Amino acid sequence: MCYLFLIANIPFSDFFSLSSVPQFTNSPTLIVMVGLPARGKTYISKKLTRYLNWIGVPTKVFNLGQYRREAVQAYKTFEFFLPDNEEAMKIRKACAITALKDIHHYFTQEQGQVAVFDATNTTRDRRADILCFAKESGYKVFFVESICDDPDIIEANIMEVKLSSPDYQDCDKEEALVDFLKRIECYKMSYVPLDDEMDRNLSYIKIFNVGFRYLVNRVQDHIQSRIVYYLMNIHVTPRSIYLCRHGESELNLLGRIGGDSGLSPRGNKFACTLAGFIQSQCIRNLKVWTSHMKRTIQTAEALGVAYEQWKALNEIDAGVCEELTYEEIQEHYPEEFALRDQDKYRYRYPKGESYEDLVHRLEPVIMELERQENVLVVCHQAVMRCLLAYFLDKSAEELPYLKCPLHTVLKLTPVAYGCKVESVFLNVEAVNTHRDRPVNVDVSRDPQDALLTVPEHI
Amino acid sequence: AIFGCSTLKQVCMTNCPTLIVTVGLPARGKTYISKKLTRYLNWIGVPTKEFNVGQYRRDCVKIYKSFEFFRPDNEEGLKIRKQCASAALNDVQQYLGEEGGQVAVFDATNTTRERRETIVRFAEQNGYKVFFVESVCEDPDVIAENIVQVKLGSPDYTDCNTDEAIEDFMKRIKCYENSYQTLDEDLDRELSFIKIIDVGRRYLVNRVLDHIQSRIVYYLMNIHITPRSIYLCRHGESDLNVKGRIGGDSGLSLRGKEFARYLAKFIQDQNIKDLKVWTSQMKRTIQTAEALSVPYEQWKALNEIDAGVCEEMMYEEIQENYPLEFALRDQDKYRYRYPKGESYEDLVQRLEPVIMELERQENVLVICHQAVMRCLLAYFLDKSADELPYLKCPLHTVLKLTPVAYGCKVESISLNVDAVNTHRDKPENVNIHRSSEDALQTVPPHL
Repeated sequence: MCYLFLIANIPFSDFFSLSSVPQFTNSPTLIVMVGLPARGKTYISKKLTRYLNWIGVPTKVFNLGQYRREAVQAYKTFEFFLPDNEEAMKIRKACAITALKDIHHYFTQEQGQVAVFDATNTTRDRRADILCFAKESGYKVFFVESICDDPDIIEANIMEVKLSSPDYQDCDKEEALVDFLKRIECYKMSYVPLDDEMDRNLSYIKIFNVGFRYLVNRVQDHIQSRIVYYLMNIHVTPRSIYLCRHGESELNLLGRIGGDSGLSPRGNKFACTLAGFIQSQCIRNLKVWTSHMKRTIQTAEALGVAYEQWKALNEIDAGVCEELTYEEIQEHYPEEFALRDQDKYRYRYPKGESYEDLVHRLEPVIMELERQENVLVVCHQAVMRCLLAYFLDKSAEELPYLKCPLHTVLKLTPVAYGCKVESVFLNVEAVNTHRDRPVNVDVSRDPQDALLTVPEHI
Repeated sequence: AIFGCSTLKQVCMTNCPTLIVTVGLPARGKTYISKKLTRYLNWIGVPTKEFNVGQYRRDCVKIYKSFEFFRPDNEEGLKIRKQCASAALNDVQQYLGEEGGQVAVFDATNTTRERRETIVRFAEQNGYKVFFVESVCEDPDVIAENIVQVKLGSPDYTDCNTDEAIEDFMKRIKCYENSYQTLDEDLDRELSFIKIIDVGRRYLVNRVLDHIQSRIVYYLMNIHITPRSIYLCRHGESDLNVKGRIGGDSGLSLRGKEFARYLAKFIQDQNIKDLKVWTSQMKRTIQTAEALSVPYEQWKALNEIDAGVCEEMMYEEIQENYPLEFALRDQDKYRYRYPKGESYEDLVQRLEPVIMELERQENVLVICHQAVMRCLLAYFLDKSADELPYLKCPLHTVLKLTPVAYGCKVESISLNVDAVNTHRDKPENVNIHRSSEDALQTVPPHL
């Protein structure tokens, strides 16, 4: 406790006394959230972080409320946040300094490229301190301010994410709501939004009423441009995204990868069952997307509704290994086979693609999924793994091994800060196409070790 | 999807047509934005056309006399201008209705709320979505520069000297200023629009309705007018080039290596500020860039078109093994997709992020491939899908593109190192039953 008080008396700029470093193009970016409580800052922070990590930009959120909860073990009431509560002010300032220190560590020691500083940052002073901190280390700063005056939206936010916060564990809902609204009042008095004139040299986006309107100022570089584009495409309208693979294909049955074969009899049965399932779900304005490959198109055809074909949804191109069985790959390309097991995410088939390439080509699909409401995506194993990894925030290591079995629909529904997943197996048997990572990934391993985890096929 | 042609568009851009309406005082870049946006949308496959009311006015009033035509109290002038706006909207209706257009850009000042309301009503009657693009700029240097770059050369001022023209134009702007009602956050909150302030320093974006509007906003937020040049060239001649084989991933021939050295010298002599160098992930572009001894970035998106089953074949072999495919390709080279490969149309799709980043950047040298370079060139020079696959992009030749006025200046520099010709023109006979001789008539010579 004493330690925190000591630090709290030191101004930000002295704490990180390095000489100002010029900003290079690849310098890290500090995204700074701005806004009253319950304006969606944490929602935006987490979603943006998930997106940036998925497209390959190492990003991390630093949530000040989290630091505060660690410093002050038990939250009592909104009074902690009263502007004249000096003791609390010191703690909160100390927490901010610690968070910035961690950000500095993330950038310098952990190869982070973007840090999202998730706090209210509602005063000009606080933002000036952050700018100072960033300038000294040569970090670019981009502010994201969320402004909302719609009381319904604010109350919905409080209900969805605040009432279940650790702060209100032992409170009843009514009490919690009252306390939180008083907390917001504590900030309102000193809240100075980003100003057209005074902040004209800062880089920022102001989001009004959950995306109704945006004000964008001085976008500096590529990553800020991508962030703006992403933020302008997301929405909070309730909806569900259904992901599934095509029905079992002829090549699936033979244990062959890739290719462009049609559905097997069981695959056809799945397509009909899928049609029934979709109908029973009574989904409003459902959009259906497929790839350009026969097996997804044939699956969608059974639904009897309009569907859109995306070449970007085509299965990963296995290059020279297209239409081979794993046994044949082991026989003809044992080294490639081992290298793939060593780094399945980055490994690129000769004349083919890697999962990393796949993510890159799926980015416009994800962007459009964000814009849309209810969508059913009929795709392929590797493609579905990439999409799922985006929605469920899976790392590059986990992604290529996510389980996406045939004839199983995943229903994803955004809730609070994440995604609810319901897995529905449509009761039509199919081969298993999931090959786990074998224990031995050495290039000199014998075929037996290589083929240990190959699923059964004809 | 039988013969590898993609019959369906990638994404359904919009179900109803979109009317983009520019707003702003004269010399605020409305026509620049209209033309550029139109070029971009057409390139990504959205049929778009611009309708410049000033053009209609020039067709109607043969000779421009002075700014007095634009005075707010000039009743005859007002009548003619209103008629011209109506005529333009009629043509918009025709384009979006009968001609299969998807986006129309109505390029005029549209500075009063009343005029904009008329347009919104017109759009509602026809089932068009409306998206306003307003350009607001008070920087006198930018305005003066605009006037010099595009107004002095306008047909309105052919017989004027520069000073007279500038003076008249400034008075013309004044005529609009008093009645100018800028798009307002409150009064116009139901409209969909983007307000571009000071050439992109700041944007206000309101009610983006759909995918195409979102793409338009993203594009407008990435373009800039800082002077710069884009250099496009292919890799040096490759070993497969010499053998007359397409695709593959071979290294440079001796002449190709020589080109790389000449390119290095050329680039040095050009003394380009902060030049970025981009290559594909194929050996031949990387080897070319290596000779420059400067850092370069590899883009997989810049890889050559994937010829699928025809990779590494000579045209003679394609004719022998896939005569039907060969003919189909000649019938529609833009949309034709090699079996297990790509079409030019696919290529444009994957090059879109490259174009977007090129717009953001300043001086860039792109070392790429024949089909890729054709696609990029088509974007900058506004070439149609029909012309695109036949654009001439010979080896060992650098194209320097410099934006000027509403378009692009092109300088072609051949670096004086011989190379094979890899350009195959469309043969006369594209019938699937044609003889081998007819099919191979336009194949360039090779080893």
